[in-house]
Amino acid sequence: MISVAGLRKHFKVHKRPPGLVSAMKSLFHRTYETVKAVDGITFTIERGERVGFLGPNGAGKTTTLKVLSGLLHPTAGEVTVEDHTPFKRQTEFLQKITLVMGQKSQLIWDLPPSETYALNRAVFAVPDAEYKATLAELTELLDLGPLLDKPTRQLSLGERMKCELAAALLHQPTTLFLDEPTIGLDVAMQLAIRDFVRRYNQAHEATVILTSHYMDDVVALCPRIIVIDRGQLIHDGDLRSLIKTMDPDKRVSFTMPNGTTDEELAKLGSILSRDGQRITLKVSERELPAAVGHLLGPMKAGDLAIEDPPLEDILRQMFGAAKEKAKAPA
Amino acid sequence: MSVARAWRAMPTMLRVGVAETVAYRAEFLVWILTTTIPLVMLGLWRQVAEEGPFRTYSQSDFVAYFLAVLIVRNVAGSWVGWQIGDEIRMGTMAMRLLRPIHPFIALAASHVASIPFRCVVALPVAFLLLISSGASALATEPLQLAMLAPSLALAWLITFAIMFAIGSLAFFLTRAMGLFSLYFLLFTLLSGYLMPISLLPGPIAVVAEWLPFRFMLALPVELMTQSMSTERVVLLMSVQVGWTIASIALAVFVWQRGVRRFESVGG
Repeated sequence: MISVAGLRKHFKVHKRPPGLVSAMKSLFHRTYETVKAVDGITFTIERGERVGFLGPNGAGKTTTLKVLSGLLHPTAGEVTVEDHTPFKRQTEFLQKITLVMGQKSQLIWDLPPSETYALNRAVFAVPDAEYKATLAELTELLDLGPLLDKPTRQLSLGERMKCELAAALLHQPTTLFLDEPTIGLDVAMQLAIRDFVRRYNQAHEATVILTSHYMDDVVALCPRIIVIDRGQLIHDGDLRSLIKTMDPDKRVSFTMPNGTTDEELAKLGSILSRDGQRITLKVSERELPAAVGHLLGPMKAGDLAIEDPPLEDILRQMFGAAKEKAKAPA
Repeated sequence: MSVARAWRAMPTMLRVGVAETVAYRAEFLVWILTTTIPLVMLGLWRQVAEEGPFRTYSQSDFVAYFLAVLIVRNVAGSWVGWQIGDEIRMGTMAMRLLRPIHPFIALAASHVASIPFRCVVALPVAFLLLISSGASALATEPLQLAMLAPSLALAWLITFAIMFAIGSLAFFLTRAMGLFSLYFLLFTLLSGYLMPISLLPGPIAVVAEWLPFRFMLALPVELMTQSMSTERVVLLMSVQVGWTIASIALAVFVWQRGVRRFESVGG
């Protein structure tokens, strides 16, 4: 279980304007600015949950993950992960968690991944039989066979990421912090990794916290979503409730072979797009049955689909609103 | 992290360390080239002693001294500070922090593993030269010869720990590189790297005698090349043990204070 109460992480950052004069000035007089990367976040996550952290760049997602995994000391607040205080980085704690960062590698660059695995087996004191079984399982699930003995530097980004995941899971952690694990990967590889994470979560009843820029990752993997913006938690709940709060209207898209006028469509909902014969309307939930009936009946619409608004749009709306709020004079 | 765990992990850490050393062939070559400065100094001081002994050093004394310096520097040298500084600045230190083993031990294992390979070129050459032209100046006392291996090990540990401490300053300073230059300047002057400590100007020689630098290089060199009384060997070895403990304590202290400030923001 993960419990976070009033977490704050502030950084002191040296600030100087560009140019030679200010560079010289900064030699003698430095101005610092406090960046509130995380500014009072509270949540709890039960064992076995899969939770997605969403937020724009610099929102505080990675900082929160780093505090949870013990890399950063919190400025204030209480954090416990599986009954441990992360920043103490006790052996028992490190045995239970793992952190995968899409942009940082733990694999030894000039050696094949199998060497990093051997090293991890030794330092995590994984018994031999267990190590062999886990490695065999990971090799099969992630299709690592041909990669194990190739120097890491010769692996493609996707291959390396799969090997990173295996390195991070050899000690069978029960809490997984995954920071952009699919960054830069093609769709097939994203799917493979998503699928693998879900299976691992189910097989080990492992808690998974995921940040990703690919909304599809989050939608597919995480029943619960925590949205962080400017260091603050602005939503905690399932995807549906997030969408319902932010934008309860449905997207109805269809083709209209016989054509129609904008005026006629506007009676059913607002027009979002009209691309040749394909039309997308935004229709409130209350109006939906009548609108669909009208479209399929008298208007003879075809190929009709009803969807929730895309998560990207919801988030844009959320972060846009937060920005406006921040800009508004107090 | 328990000592028992580190001990059990040691063979694998050493084996992977060896594999890493062998993989970084270019770095390896550069290391070997940079440790040849004692050969330059050897040529220089031999010239100085051409007409007759300089202070107490004859030509063959200088030959023996600098070849011993070459050997000790190859065995006891360490550049771990650069690695730590880089890892902290680039944020890759994060990965090391997630392993249940103190980075001091993990890095020490990987660096110890590289020592035999570093010596592969320099040592045979130095030994051959030493035996062919400086043998007369070598020490023969059994106690000194017995203390040579422990003294080399401690010299390495002091060097490693001080480098570790300076590297860990990268937690506080964005760039710890300037400090390395200052450290290397003091090391070259006060360790016996450029000249035997007894040849340093009066007061500097007195101070240098007890500073940690001489225990990182000059002590094992002197054990190889100078006759010493038993009391002096015991005294110097005790001071070396003291500096070893102090430098490890310093490394761990700077590390522990620094790691709280680890601020690898973003990705």
